[in-house]
Amino acid sequence: MATTRFIHDRGLTARMTLVMFLLGALFVALVVGLMYAFSSRGPGLPLIIGLVGIGVAWFQWYNSDTVALKAMRAREVTPEQAPELHGVIDRLCTLADMPKPRVAIAYTDMPNAFATGRSASHSAICVTTGILDKLTAEEMEAVLAHELSHVANKDVLVMTIASSAGIMAAMLTRGAQYGAFFGGGNRRSNNDNNGLPVWLVVLIVSMVVYAVSFFLTRLLSRYRELCADRAGAFLTQKPSALASALTKISGEIASIPNKDLRASQSLNAFFIAPAISGMTLRTITSTHPSLEQRLEQLAKISAELGKPMDGGFSPGLGR
Amino acid sequence: MGIWNVLSGRSKPVRANLDALFSLPAAAITLQTAAGFNPTGAGSVCYRAAEGAAFAQTQREVVELLDNDDDPDVEQSTDSFGFTWLVARQSPDDLSALVTDLHTVNTSLEGQGFGPSLLCSLVGFRDLSGRTLGLVYLYKQGTFYPFAPQGPQQRDNLLEIQVRDLLANDLPIEPQLSRWMPLWGAPGL
Repeated sequence: MATTRFIHDRGLTARMTLVMFLLGALFVALVVGLMYAFSSRGPGLPLIIGLVGIGVAWFQWYNSDTVALKAMRAREVTPEQAPELHGVIDRLCTLADMPKPRVAIAYTDMPNAFATGRSASHSAICVTTGILDKLTAEEMEAVLAHELSHVANKDVLVMTIASSAGIMAAMLTRGAQYGAFFGGGNRRSNNDNNGLPVWLVVLIVSMVVYAVSFFLTRLLSRYRELCADRAGAFLTQKPSALASALTKISGEIASIPNKDLRASQSLNAFFIAPAISGMTLRTITSTHPSLEQRLEQLAKISAELGKPMDGGFSPGLGR
Repeated sequence: MGIWNVLSGRSKPVRANLDALFSLPAAAITLQTAAGFNPTGAGSVCYRAAEGAAFAQTQREVVELLDNDDDPDVEQSTDSFGFTWLVARQSPDDLSALVTDLHTVNTSLEGQGFGPSLLCSLVGFRDLSGRTLGLVYLYKQGTFYPFAPQGPQQRDNLLEIQVRDLLANDLPIEPQLSRWMPLWGAPGL
């Protein structure tokens, strides 16, 4: 039967595809720029730098689960140690037909949860004790569904590939600063036939690439968060649970104010709208979309779930 | 398709596989003759209730449809994980009527676009010494597995493995043991 309540957000997909295309183009531009800069010395050096950059990206991706868990000082828990948490994840994985990730708990008061891992069968999902204390069972389930969606969408892989141009550029910037890659003695002789020294060209190109890639990857990351919100809400069928969880855990200025506006401090009272909306540096460099944006999407899904399908219900039944 | 789904960050909800449920009556006979387990006549469907009016309406329709005959009415309960259970009861001899009841729930939910929210179905069995056994059907995988609770938080793994080997020819049994999810205190067991 072709009945589904899954909404297709074409705008989001289109924007995300554009960003990924731009990131790919950036990578090509960097490689071509290197080839050009080193054209007088043959292709050897840029090839090595490229391979090392890809190697670093691959290493980060391959060890993403253990590294992230170590960084958070999280401890893996067995079903005996955390039966409720495992029970919820068991059911969500059955519902989504995906292998169960490893489960870890980090002992910190900061409410947070994340999922890492190179593939669905090598993934780990981690929650902090802070989030376990703060959320109800239903909200916790919504958060876990969001994290499982990151695993299902292979977001670690996508983001690693997306940031590989940035990783390469960062390495080149560092290398060019020290002039280590480029053999200090040769620089002078190079200066004679080129207008600019090679290391300066490389430094400028890689810094530009790094800056552009920084903003693009952050943009992509925000889109992936929205995708995970959407998939998670469809998995639990309760978008409002995720909405209330998000409202609870985002420590930043909540979109629904608790404080009386008149009681706000000094300057803020003179602003018509709080400075959080619009394109500020904070919104374009953050890894997560704003709370308003996420709540708006969840409200849309919730409305879609509440509608009757194909002409509504038979009039005889129900009141 | 797979790569495009990854790139667009769109993991589609997995559809429920409803067909394999009808192979249950044949398996029950094997279970009866070879292991001494008889159907209790109770079976249940577990699903995730979606928020909103549409789901409430669908659920009410299903319950009315199933109550509209002579057999005992459907019982409804919510477990600690927030999943809803509908328990249907029929005469222990008539397993196919029970399976039809369960299938009615599935098709109604599926028809309103709530197919992805089906988790599992469970049909209860009991032997003469009083041991209980549930045959659980996983909708997303289209496979069965046995669940034999023994006390509040323990399961009789030996019996479960035994039943798996017994029914291997009658039912598609879930090959991954990690998917044999415990259903403590499941209604209908």
